[in-house]
Amino acid sequence: MTVSSLDYKTLEERSLRVREHVIGLSTNGGCFIGASLSAVDLIVYLYSEFLNINQSNLADPNRDYLFLSKGHDVPALYGTFVELGLLEKTRLQNHLSTEDHIYWHPNTNIPGVEFHSGSLGHLPSVAIGVAMDLKICGSSNKVVCILGDGELNEGTCWEAILVASAHKLDNLIFVVDRNFFQANARTEELIPLEPLADKFLAFGAAVKRVDGHSFTELHQAFSAYPFESGKPNVVIADTVRGKGLPSIQERADRWFCNFSADEVEQLLLELHGQHQTTLTSETLIVR
Amino acid sequence: MTYEELLTQTALENEKVIVMTAENRALIRNLPNLLGKRFIDTGITEQTLIGAAAGLALRGRTPVVHALASFLTMRAFEFFRTDAGIANLPVKLSGFIPGFLSDANGPTHQAIEDISLMRGIPNVTVFAPADEDDLVKMLPTIWNSAQPAYTRINTRQTNFVHQPFEMGKAEVVSIGTDVTILTYGLLFEQALVAVDILKKEGLSTGLINMRSLKPVDEQAILETAALSDLVVTLEDHFVTGGLYSIVAEVLLKHAKTARVMPMALKDKWFKPALLPQVLQHEGFTGKQIAENILGYKTSYTQSQISLPEFSE
Repeated sequence: MTVSSLDYKTLEERSLRVREHVIGLSTNGGCFIGASLSAVDLIVYLYSEFLNINQSNLADPNRDYLFLSKGHDVPALYGTFVELGLLEKTRLQNHLSTEDHIYWHPNTNIPGVEFHSGSLGHLPSVAIGVAMDLKICGSSNKVVCILGDGELNEGTCWEAILVASAHKLDNLIFVVDRNFFQANARTEELIPLEPLADKFLAFGAAVKRVDGHSFTELHQAFSAYPFESGKPNVVIADTVRGKGLPSIQERADRWFCNFSADEVEQLLLELHGQHQTTLTSETLIVR
Repeated sequence: MTYEELLTQTALENEKVIVMTAENRALIRNLPNLLGKRFIDTGITEQTLIGAAAGLALRGRTPVVHALASFLTMRAFEFFRTDAGIANLPVKLSGFIPGFLSDANGPTHQAIEDISLMRGIPNVTVFAPADEDDLVKMLPTIWNSAQPAYTRINTRQTNFVHQPFEMGKAEVVSIGTDVTILTYGLLFEQALVAVDILKKEGLSTGLINMRSLKPVDEQAILETAALSDLVVTLEDHFVTGGLYSIVAEVLLKHAKTARVMPMALKDKWFKPALLPQVLQHEGFTGKQIAENILGYKTSYTQSQISLPEFSE
């Protein structure tokens, strides 16, 4: 397999900037920080290297599509949009304000967001509709749908995989942000998903499993698209919830967080490896 | 013209139209061969069906989506509300066997809260034609609109020739000062029988085929309430959320009042049986409707009620 070389420095810089944006959104009302940080590298990779989506083709029917089905990781998407020049950085300051449309779940008032989400298990089917139309039109464009692993509790995800397989949608790629947590608990302690790759295989998909924080592994997997002719593609990206912040990584009670301004300052230092933050703010406010 | 003929003609003329189903093909058997890739069967997956329809609509298509009315409006309710409703996409639901038309299937298949559910979603429009003639006169306007729509599919045959359809307009069949029946869907057929009896009994009787329940013809409702001593809302729907509720909402909105008699299913599912027996058992034959309004029994003969033409 020939894999083109990657500009690791740019990707890593970009991911760091996006993580800073995510941390910046975790105050004054807060955000779903853990699930956002697990998805940062995936989203940065996809927009930087894989998808044909940019400022000039957002309304062009001949573009690629990304659907963010897990939804609550939207800070990672908006952070990426800022770094790609799709969204003005100053607008992040409007987070949770009626003056703008930047709230806890994605919506199409933000250029680049293909569809609203928040109710889990919806966008696999919406992505199927778009993938079907691309097939009907004879287009070679592709559709990515990012799912949470907790989201896979929803039956409609599995219904969608069955339908995507039946309709041979090899232009559709489901990417699972496999951070092993759902809202309040570890996935394997609540609704175990493993062996996850086997499940997708049994449903007729072509599956790859990678380290979702390794640009090398992500690039190897996505460079092999389409994985198998006539089969929907699944990438299980093993990730760490809260990736980049040891003080919140691997902790079930760091799902939705609303930190003080001081804690945000400390978390930014922690992100740069200079500090271990002691967090005292109330967390896991279930919204 | 039949439903299938109209859909075939529309889809062949308009490349944007995609015909979809969750394995309910009773009325669209010939379409797979005629439309090729523009016919999509997702299997028994009403939720995925509607989500995919939203995706197709996002790409500029007009999906006409078929499944049984109960599963389309209830199993997939949140998908329609969230994916078609919020995004205001032109996803056109064709609900099979709504209301009494599910006859012997049982309560699982009884879509008798569908009007209530569908009209509660912002952007969604709601229609209930009286028979196949009415259906094919209404659908071109419904399909041409840019909004999501739910249509109670009714392919029954009556001898009635309907007026041209206009969005949000009811069909005023006749005007009466004593009593006016407001109805929609297959009960129109029985309302015609009832009106005949009421007239023979000396009542000045009106009949209005509502057709479009959202947007609703407020003017027709207000004029009826002003003209007629008694307004009857006749529907194969729960009394909550359907036409009776719509009339109440319209009257309140305009600070009007009226004597309104609801004939609907009052907080219960109907007894499953073949359609003619359902109507008889539940008190919805034309003769029973008339007698209910008159308050006494009559010696008129109820004309025979035909069986529905198709199943799943």
